[in-house]
Amino acid sequence: MFPLGIEPYLIGGIIAGIGVSLVYLTTGLHATQSSFFTTTLSWLSKRKHFQKERNIKERNWRVVLATGLIIGALLYTLTLSPTGFWTTSVQLWRLTLGGLLVGFGTRFSKGCTSGHGISGLASGSKTSLSAVIVFMGIAIVTANIVQMLGISP
Amino acid sequence: MNKKNVMVLLGGILFGFGLAYSGMTRQEIVLSFLQLKDLGLLFVLGGAAAVTFITINVIAKFLKTPLLGGEFKPRRLPFSRNVIIGAVIFGVGWGLSGQCPGSAVASLGTGNLPVLLGLAAMFIGAYLWGFLDSRR
Repeated sequence: MFPLGIEPYLIGGIIAGIGVSLVYLTTGLHATQSSFFTTTLSWLSKRKHFQKERNIKERNWRVVLATGLIIGALLYTLTLSPTGFWTTSVQLWRLTLGGLLVGFGTRFSKGCTSGHGISGLASGSKTSLSAVIVFMGIAIVTANIVQMLGISP
Repeated sequence: MNKKNVMVLLGGILFGFGLAYSGMTRQEIVLSFLQLKDLGLLFVLGGAAAVTFITINVIAKFLKTPLLGGEFKPRRLPFSRNVIIGAVIFGVGWGLSGQCPGSAVASLGTGNLPVLLGLAAMFIGAYLWGFLDSRR
């Protein structure tokens, strides 16, 4: 069940939670990720969905948050990482088709692993709890079907 | 950069550091969780949600207002069919690719450039939803 132990997972999760907490306690903002796509697209698309006042208002800090995520992972890679820089070997068509569904689905669902999974669950939201159960269950089924079809990596 | 964005940047750095530390930025580790070979990832989500739970329900109530002004609003969205249908679609994408929005963005910092394709596709997917939603 836990071939690599639980420590790196738990410690990493706690550090991530402290990051989300720091943003919330200082600004009241929820450091969630999938809205970043929508708010960033408000610079490029005049369509009603993207031009909502909320998206315009949030687009700057959401770019800052995404930049922070990249810098944080870079700092880990340059310091504690046992392997240093790293590249996935998961096939590109999987990253692309999967990414398309992730982008569409998270906006449809108004949240992702961070929005529903961290901030939503921590807020005691039953809506987010149902979303987490559904996306995790479906992802487990999907990953196992892909594996059964012999698609690897 | 204003004070608010400085704190968002610092929080984001911790968030990204934690995601990389936990292995969430590696699609192979996420997939091994989803294939139920290594359940450790439950502790990433659990650890992050538990810390944030204490923050929202205990520390924020003690502080009353955010340190830089504004107000505390827990993230509780109304239930709708869309939340569930969207979660199904997201689940298929996550299970196929091992990428979710936060971990994919952070993964760039580990030098994982193929994920740029996944991120470009996420923008296209988010655009498609926005396009459909604008027509309703």
